Amino acid sequence: MEWFKKAKEGLARQEKKEIPDGLWSKCTACGEIIYTKQLEANCWICPNCRFHFRIASQKYINMILDDGALEECDANLESLDPLKFKDSKKYPDRIKAAQAKSGLKDAVVAGLGSINGIKISFAIMDFNFVGGSMGSVVGEKIARAIERSLEHNIPLIIVSCSGGARMQEGILSLMQLAKTSALLAILHQKQIPYISVLTNPTTAGVMASYASLGDVIIAEPQALLGFAGPRVIQQTIGQELPPGFQSSEFFLEKGFLDKIVDRSQLRDTLTLLLKYFQR
Amino acid sequence: MQDKLCLEFERPILELEKKISDMRDFAAGSNIQLSEEISSLQSKVNKMREEIFSSLTRWQKVQLARHPRRPHTLDYIELMTTDFIEIHGDRYFADDKALVGGFAKLEGRPVLIVGQQKGRDTKQKLLRNFGMMHPEGYRKALRLFKLAEKFNKPIVILIDTPGAYPGIGAEERGQAEAIARNLREMAVLTVPIVIVIIGEGASGGALGIGIGDKIFMLEYSWYSVISPEGCSAILWRDAAQAPQAAEALKLTADDLMDLQIVDKIVKEPPGGAHNDYKSMATSVKNEIVSALDELQTLPQDQLLQNRLMKFRRMGVFRIAED
Ligand SMILES: [Zn+2]
Repeated sequence: MEWFKKAKEGLARQEKKEIPDGLWSKCTACGEIIYTKQLEANCWICPNCRFHFRIASQKYINMILDDGALEECDANLESLDPLKFKDSKKYPDRIKAAQAKSGLKDAVVAGLGSINGIKISFAIMDFNFVGGSMGSVVGEKIARAIERSLEHNIPLIIVSCSGGARMQEGILSLMQLAKTSALLAILHQKQIPYISVLTNPTTAGVMASYASLGDVIIAEPQALLGFAGPRVIQQTIGQELPPGFQSSEFFLEKGFLDKIVDRSQLRDTLTLLLKYFQR
Repeated sequence: MQDKLCLEFERPILELEKKISDMRDFAAGSNIQLSEEISSLQSKVNKMREEIFSSLTRWQKVQLARHPRRPHTLDYIELMTTDFIEIHGDRYFADDKALVGGFAKLEGRPVLIVGQQKGRDTKQKLLRNFGMMHPEGYRKALRLFKLAEKFNKPIVILIDTPGAYPGIGAEERGQAEAIARNLREMAVLTVPIVIVIIGEGASGGALGIGIGDKIFMLEYSWYSVISPEGCSAILWRDAAQAPQAAEALKLTADDLMDLQIVDKIVKEPPGGAHNDYKSMATSVKNEIVSALDELQTLPQDQLLQNRLMKFRRMGVFRIAED
């Protein structure tokens, strides 16, 4: 039951800290001081406790794809403001701030690449951009990634990292669940492989659509996974949540996940699966 | 009229109506002629209602969608159909009573009709879990949809839910997986699907039975990515800002027509659906029947292509030059 404790601590702390820039990094889970170069060489996994630091999408691309090479598609898709949405900030200002912070146009990067020579359609979400939330741009880029799989008859891999649908685009965000899942129905009918990789966190609208529809679903250790957020559940039922609830380990135990894979092993695992799924 | 069963902005209307009915009673019990006074009051109340209902805020429409006397799925099934035979259970875990469904006849035409049921009194509300489904509810719905497909019967879906249930059991049994699977499977069901949002359409809980060929909304229903309260709690850090969140979310039938998400608005009787169940149910039935007439003439591949494209085109974005 050791992972229960670890998972809980990991989940609680992982929310706050991202990758530090200094020469030395402190593990947010166990407090270990690590030489940053060593951490990087270790795929941003704490050598002491296996804690997976949250990393930018480009770092994943470097780790997973051959030569770190992604032939990016649809890079110029950008959000509009169909609802004229304003909370504490106007939505277009929020987008601009996220673009400046992340260097991305929106919360997903997609394109063509290969893994050990196997050509794939690839998409990866980035939590740095409005919490990896899915609005029209994310939905459209995922939809086009699925269509590229269909067009080239190549496997699809999506790495998810998202708090769910983007509220600022209202019903249009919700409909991205429908759009992506409907296209996955066609991919499923054509018997083209789809591997879904879940990272911390993958919840709500993304979990309730393409992230849950992989032929095989893989997750990083100790990721927060689920439909409803833990706080919402806690408020609804009025009691503490069990330790490790909604972690990758919990999902595996309940039968909604195929495998928990250390980031350092992900490329090998994906290669093996892609080979098994070749016809 | 009990206070609990009416909304704040309905009160002046109801007070005038009470006065009219008192005058009627009085006139009936005496020889005094009050018909002129009554008809003048009646036109006054009509005018008042028209004024109030022509300038409703989005939040007021949300409240109407949740009206304690609003007709629910089983009311529509009773008023619109004959020979209803209910089907129960997902065959894996349980019978989720937040979702009712079965075969019935709509003007003699056999259909599968499915919808979320909220419950009216406390006991019913608990039994129905306030219309909030668990994974077994989504799996029950899918089982019924597959039955309809197997026996080539069109599907009618009534949506009325404050959301999928957020609980421990729901997560343990895969709420996200159950909804996702429905989205994928419903996209390729080979029979026509007509969807009517009759009350609340909250997020994935609604969409999980919401993929179809025609989507209609009642005039005072709402459909959104998140409830106004949920949105307000996250973005304003205060659930009390729900009226403001409702405005921001653009969640009414008019909004969804503007955003080209729904196909048609079904007008409600004066003062809202709860004022006249029968005429409301008739309007809903007529819309469903004419939609089915249209859809049932389509060849299957055309039906499926149209459905895919309906959702494929949803979304608003731009392609930047730089
Ligand atoms: Zn550590």
